Amino acid sequence: MDILHHLALGFGTALSAVNLLYALIGVLLGTLIGVLPGIGPVATIAMLLPTTYALEPVSALIMLAGIYYGAQYGGSTTAVLVNMPGESSSVVTCLDGYQMARKGQAGAALAIAALGSFFAGTVATVLVAGVSVPLSALALKFGPAEYFSLMVLGLIGAVVLAHGSLVKAIAMIVLGLLLGIVGTDVNSGVERFTFGIPELSDGIGVVVVAMGLFGFAEIVLNLQSTEKREVIKAKLDGLWLTKHQLREAAPAVLRGTALGSVLGVLPGGGAMLSSFASYSLEKKLARDPSEFGKGAIRGVAGPESANNAGAQTSFIPLLTLGIPENAVMAMMVGAMTIHNIQPGPQVMTSNPQLFWGLIASMWVGNLMLVVLNLPLIGIWIKLLTVPYRMLYPAILLFCGIGVYTVNNTSFDVMQTAFFGALGVLFARLECEPAPLLLGFVLGPMMEENLRRAMLLSRGDATVFATRPISAALLLAAILLVLVIAVPNIRRQREKAFQEASA
Amino acid sequence: MQRIRNSKDFFAGALFIAIGIATIALGTRYTLGSAARMGPGYFPRILGILLIVLGGILAARSLQVPGTRFAAFRWRPTLIVLGSVVLFGAIVRPLGVALSTVVLIVAASAASHEFRPRESLVVGVLLAALAVGVFVVGLQLQLPIWPGQA
Repeated sequence: MDILHHLALGFGTALSAVNLLYALIGVLLGTLIGVLPGIGPVATIAMLLPTTYALEPVSALIMLAGIYYGAQYGGSTTAVLVNMPGESSSVVTCLDGYQMARKGQAGAALAIAALGSFFAGTVATVLVAGVSVPLSALALKFGPAEYFSLMVLGLIGAVVLAHGSLVKAIAMIVLGLLLGIVGTDVNSGVERFTFGIPELSDGIGVVVVAMGLFGFAEIVLNLQSTEKREVIKAKLDGLWLTKHQLREAAPAVLRGTALGSVLGVLPGGGAMLSSFASYSLEKKLARDPSEFGKGAIRGVAGPESANNAGAQTSFIPLLTLGIPENAVMAMMVGAMTIHNIQPGPQVMTSNPQLFWGLIASMWVGNLMLVVLNLPLIGIWIKLLTVPYRMLYPAILLFCGIGVYTVNNTSFDVMQTAFFGALGVLFARLECEPAPLLLGFVLGPMMEENLRRAMLLSRGDATVFATRPISAALLLAAILLVLVIAVPNIRRQREKAFQEASA
Repeated sequence: MQRIRNSKDFFAGALFIAIGIATIALGTRYTLGSAARMGPGYFPRILGILLIVLGGILAARSLQVPGTRFAAFRWRPTLIVLGSVVLFGAIVRPLGVALSTVVLIVAASAASHEFRPRESLVVGVLLAALAVGVFVVGLQLQLPIWPGQA
């Protein structure tokens, strides 16, 4: 009965007038941003983080979480109606959603996306609530050695599942860790890598890094192409599902929810991975796979449920272990830190209202999305007709004001521009910025746990291998690297052989 | 001399090596301590070494495994976008939000190949009104609206 008691506490918090309002603002802003192409959830959260400083921590987190799943939702709306994924997690929704819209079934596609997401959101909320207590209890038994190894596993896991070069991704993590420790060292009081700049003695702000790497760089890269964006419009006639469609879609929703819930918890998982995995699962299970890509409702129902489930269960490692598993969760760490909450297993006991309130608000937010957004679809589509040449200066403005008001200093704005330039350079070198952000937020924690573990073991580094939990975590990390690295090596050798024989 | 077959990986590797070396060089000023009692220089030293190793792997591989070439790069939008942000940061306090917004919007709009000066001025004025309304009046952020209020 504990879980009911906890959820009651959570709903008590989430259903207060103030928090309902912030959840509403969050999902609306999130949907708005999700609809607009070219700005992802990380940049959005970075942009809006400063506006939450004045709020109570729980309201701030509720609003930011609302932005995250609102963005998923907005992304699918445009995927169905105009064949444009507003977010990377709705790329696969374009495939069949837009085809359904062309066949005059846009309403059905949107309805199943909404209902599937809501169902997945409900299941995921219960799952988060149920898993959190035992997982936090386990995490509280962790010493510094276990924590250090857990962070290694989390970081490695996050890059193994991402695409691109593994070596580059690990190097980006290390660079992130390094940026994370800029500023005054808590143990010795020494200022590190501040170049004598007083503003850097408190470290680099997470808003600065995220906004530069994800917001500004994205805009610059979008402006590299001179193509004109065309907006195609599909007609929307009523939101209805036939019985046949519902019967067709229901099992896909169930499978998508299950798959998304599991993949969401894994490091590097979350909404995007879940939606891709669900699409390929549905295609494999279909009696007639050739229907996919031509408007199969299961190709919409599965991924849409999966991405929402994944978006929510990715909160589990953050809330129970304090380890963010993707860039959006890294932003949530930033948000919690700004509100003086150290993410980790202790949050549940030290801040139960915040913890359970946030979880309950996930369900409330999902309900809001279903109830409010369907009638608002017309407005979202109108927004798409705003040309990019007007949109990006406005985004720059909101970013600029947002980052300036963090500390009321021009230096932060300059720093953000610097990270924007760095982001462009990384994109040119095909280095993904997400691992850097993860490393950045974990940097100080990782150093601290390494220090403490080594202090306790009197400088004996084998402590990480002799303590069983720590050893298992490290072993898992090594296995992950090997699994990825080995086929990589093989492929490259094959390539080399092919060239040699040619 | 071997040919570079993947210039993206090569330059990425070189960048990581350079940052690694700089980290170690700058880090010599911080006490290293011992493994049991790590000083402020210990962890950065590990990270610096890791960066050099990883960068080295990337650079070495770039000599063997071919990759894609760099796409054409347009400096103009890059410099205008980032420059207009820097400019905004510099003038927002002395000039106030209203004027700085107009300056930022017009300057940043020039980065687009579809730049329309008059349109951007109108957008700038509208957004200035919105920014003042939302951020200064609504959210009560400590920002001057007009010049000389800071």
